[in-house]
Amino acid sequence: MKNKTIKVDYLARVEGEGRLFVKIKNDVVTEAQFGIFEPPRFFEAFLRGRKFTEAPDITARICGICPVAYQMSSTHAMESICGVKIEGQLRELRRLLYCGEWIESHALHIYLLHAPDFLGYEDAIRMAKDYPDVVKQALELKKIGNEIMILLGGREIHPINVRVGGFYKVPTKKELEKFIDPLKWALDASLKTVELTAGFPFPDLERDYECVSLRHPDEYPLCEGNIVSNKGIDIDISKFLDYFEEQHVEHSTSLHAVVKERDDYLVGPLARYNNNFDKLPKVARDAAKKAGLGKTCNNPFKSIIVRAVETVFACHEALRIIENYKMPDKPYVEVTPREGVGHGVSEAPRGSLYHRYKIDNNGVIKDARIIPPTSQNQKAVEKDLRQFVEKNLHLSDSKLTWQCEQVIRNYDPCISCSCHFLKLNIERE
Amino acid sequence: MSDKLPIVIIGLGNEFRGDDAVGLFIARRVRDKKLPGVRVIEGVSDGTTLIETWHKSRATVLIDCVASGAAAGKIHRFDALSEKIPEKFFPAYSTHAFSITEAVGLAETIGRLPAHLLVYGVEGRNFETGVGMSDKVKTAAEKVTELILKDIEKFQ
Repeated sequence: MKNKTIKVDYLARVEGEGRLFVKIKNDVVTEAQFGIFEPPRFFEAFLRGRKFTEAPDITARICGICPVAYQMSSTHAMESICGVKIEGQLRELRRLLYCGEWIESHALHIYLLHAPDFLGYEDAIRMAKDYPDVVKQALELKKIGNEIMILLGGREIHPINVRVGGFYKVPTKKELEKFIDPLKWALDASLKTVELTAGFPFPDLERDYECVSLRHPDEYPLCEGNIVSNKGIDIDISKFLDYFEEQHVEHSTSLHAVVKERDDYLVGPLARYNNNFDKLPKVARDAAKKAGLGKTCNNPFKSIIVRAVETVFACHEALRIIENYKMPDKPYVEVTPREGVGHGVSEAPRGSLYHRYKIDNNGVIKDARIIPPTSQNQKAVEKDLRQFVEKNLHLSDSKLTWQCEQVIRNYDPCISCSCHFLKLNIERE
Repeated sequence: MSDKLPIVIIGLGNEFRGDDAVGLFIARRVRDKKLPGVRVIEGVSDGTTLIETWHKSRATVLIDCVASGAAAGKIHRFDALSEKIPEKFFPAYSTHAFSITEAVGLAETIGRLPAHLLVYGVEGRNFETGVGMSDKVKTAAEKVTELILKDIEKFQ
């Protein structure tokens, strides 16, 4: 019978500042906390009183890694209020921009933040000494995603080219065609990444997750579709708050989210994959099968393989869009404000990002609510920790601590995104 | 081949945090000169992007605000290829992103350093929210701009 405390005060290789705390009494985990102590950022309050057209630029500042997710969820929400649906090439360009973000973010996480865990290195710099070619491949892949974001987003960081209704400026066919060869290379590199990650040693952990993601009838989801779960949810995104709720817990400045009257749920690559395997292109499905993945995967450590499979999808999708691209006559559709409430959900690299806005007839934002993926995953992270520790009490303290950190990194958490909650919002609700 | 690569000037910082804007300010001053073969970049998403950016350059100059404890406006200049930049100038500020020193270390390991890599740090004093730099930092910014223009001449 053992008593033990596992504590990591500053988690490394995650976005933002978080801590880990597990308490074990008589071989039973009595507490498992993924603590988030970044200060709240009050974005929802900043948005009140601003014009509806400002939401994509303001919310993009929430995250340096996934600004496109914020732009997509906010523009879709505003367009739904104003009765506008973006179709054709503008819709395709939005998907292309999102593919750029997925490629960049997944490459960063897979290789530079997560792979060192599996290969036994403290960080990517030490890993690079023994695996220089792997790191070079990672940087090149990430750069291709980044360059797509620069072209469509307008600059290196904090993209400014997305607007409600489309873009301020759209690329020429020639500008996009420059990406064809790099993306063909990236597709091949992503396939190699699936192979590489499939060979990693995976700790044994399976959970019966409630997987929540978008699902679209015709495509692997990025910006549109219903919210579905493998436990029976299939709803229009406007019903999100009827099915999910946020709860405040003392040890986190990010709200925890649960499925109402049930419990924790999972968003992100595993959830998307499990709900949408049939919508992946053949090249990605084949790569997954070759890597030993079934149509579903419930080992959170294997999310690294699923991220690689999704990178294959993103490169393939980007190539498809560019090859079929015809420059639209106008970079945007006019959007006239009208009073109402609207919702937007898009699939950030680390999971579904929900936005809800209320605007008046002049387009002034009266109310905003943002539920980022990392807050939705917090409770699932803690349950993973609890189950993993109970099954692995035989490990040495240092190995167990390391693998507990890895349990958190499985989620590619973006802590800075998640901790923007404001007490006022809770009272308002 | 390497002659065709650009000279890259990268200004880092947050223009809404007082003196932290100095890197961006200097980068814009250099951009205004419209020098041929010079590419000016304001900010990058993280340290790994620095590596891919300077790898494709003939020479790179990085500028950022620092808080090493020296007097406000003090100019620090490092040749990152011949000297190790003390950690206190560019500490690992994030558990997620790579700092300048970490990026230099990683690039060295995988052979992705440019032929020249200069790092300027301007000592800041005020990092409160809001726009506007301290007078001493503004004066230093003018001096650093001149120094960088001379560096560029040498690299041309």
